Amino acid sequence: MIEKIYSSLEKHIHPDAVQSLETSGLQPAIYLNPQYLKQVCYFLRDTEGYYFDFLADIAAVDYYPEPYFELVYHLTSIPYQQQLVLKVKLENNRSSEELPTAPSVSEVWRTADWHEREAFDLMGIYFEGHPDLRRILMPDDWQGYPLRKDYQDPETYHGISVK
Amino acid sequence: MGNEKYQAGLAQYREKIAAVSAQEMVINMGPQHPSTHGVLRLELITDGEIVKEIIPHLGYLHRCFDKHAESINYTKSIPFTDRLDYLASMNNSHAFVMGVERMLGLDQKIPKRVEYIRVLVCELNRIASHLIAIGTYGIDIGAFTPFMWCFRDREHIMNMLEWASGSRMLYNYIWIGGLFYDVPVQFEERCKEFIHYFKPKLVELDELLSNNQIFISRTANIGVLPADVAINYGCSGPMLRASGIKWDLRRVDGYSVYPELDFDIPVGKGEMGSLGDCWDRYQVRVEEVKQSVKIIEQCLDRLLSDYKRTVDFDPRALVPKKVNLKAQDYYVRAENPKGELGFYFVTADKTDVPKRVKARGPSFNNLSVLPELGKGVLIADLIAILGSIDIVLGEVDR
Repeated sequence: MIEKIYSSLEKHIHPDAVQSLETSGLQPAIYLNPQYLKQVCYFLRDTEGYYFDFLADIAAVDYYPEPYFELVYHLTSIPYQQQLVLKVKLENNRSSEELPTAPSVSEVWRTADWHEREAFDLMGIYFEGHPDLRRILMPDDWQGYPLRKDYQDPETYHGISVK
Repeated sequence: MGNEKYQAGLAQYREKIAAVSAQEMVINMGPQHPSTHGVLRLELITDGEIVKEIIPHLGYLHRCFDKHAESINYTKSIPFTDRLDYLASMNNSHAFVMGVERMLGLDQKIPKRVEYIRVLVCELNRIASHLIAIGTYGIDIGAFTPFMWCFRDREHIMNMLEWASGSRMLYNYIWIGGLFYDVPVQFEERCKEFIHYFKPKLVELDELLSNNQIFISRTANIGVLPADVAINYGCSGPMLRASGIKWDLRRVDGYSVYPELDFDIPVGKGEMGSLGDCWDRYQVRVEEVKQSVKIIEQCLDRLLSDYKRTVDFDPRALVPKKVNLKAQDYYVRAENPKGELGFYFVTADKTDVPKRVKARGPSFNNLSVLPELGKGVLIADLIAILGSIDIVLGEVDR
């Protein structure tokens, strides 16, 4: 199944849209080129035979000390009862001036809206084209991204000791 | 924080609130409003009685589950999973444990008696969770009696689970590879007595609330959620089924011993109004309670015949001393009372502490549809819609 998806993405979207196929784990995954992410998502959602209409989850993973982050999309096809994992690797040098950036898929699946806000809030990943990218779980004025492996807790928050 | 564009979303939100016209009003519903079922704040932009826009603010109950799980080993995470959806702790730990067992390759080796006990306690917990959903939904709309009745029946389940695990709500009962203990002697018999007591109560509940004309008037045709919108917003569980989609992971994935059990998947039919309205969501939960009763009866039968208690049975026989996993990732999902609960694990070599654990709470996704559902409704109807979503803030905020 996943080889078929891989080759049809290569054929219908762009030869560069897919980077590699990971089949070593329990759930095989397709590594995507972030540039083509939105096109791929529309294709997988709307093409007969796939219909991945349900986005279960977006997880952001920090691979500190390696200089990259990963976004993992878990798709489900309700009509065909299939699951699919998409991964996007985002290189970044962890400066606060430049967050890792990926295109937003919230217009493909509206559920991505809150998941992307969560990834922005806790992992500091910027989603281009997101309609309302604010912090969701932490307070609006929180500094830093708590789920990053190199995150340091602040001493105080608004003069209140938090340690 | 450096770059301007990372603050643009916040600035845009502040502008929107500042630009509210003199005719409109901004009202905060929550975080202490009783009908938000916890600490959820809804910022409403209203025009008279009409809700024009809803901006939910979450995070009041954020306890950093993901961060905690990255700093302790898998076994120690189980009590934390109990605190996600604290009304259905058994189901949470079942999902988590299944994921770790699958990665360990233990999932086919679990003894049948352990699996049946797991399903039994999960379904008991599902009934307890749905009873809260039904009871508090009644009280949201102004029916006080069903609330008391549901809590009275739930109390029996709480007592039974306390007897088995030692705790009333946060059990830590399902362990990786087994169980904390076998169920106490006479547990199955007491469970049977409870089912015998509980079945007539469900009929009473139907008479009191489901077919109550006032209740129907308040819920039918309110908050209609079409199936395509529900799927697009990632709604799952009773929310999705009420919109007419037969999607239950207990059947789709067939995990644990669910393939051996006989039960139906209730879906919304639009009996009282339109398909996917508040009454349908309520009714799906009531029907699910009846199906859970059916599952429990089958589990009890098998636990008393084929998989009887024996002297030398040890539910901890397969519990690993240390969870040693190679570097991999795995997403596990299970059908919770509220919907699809998922855990995404990224493991690292040579350590029993995961690199990343992400919990996908069903309530988080179910709640995200509220701004869409609540557009243009009356404030009083918004309470009915929010109640019908059945959120637990422990899981929304994690």
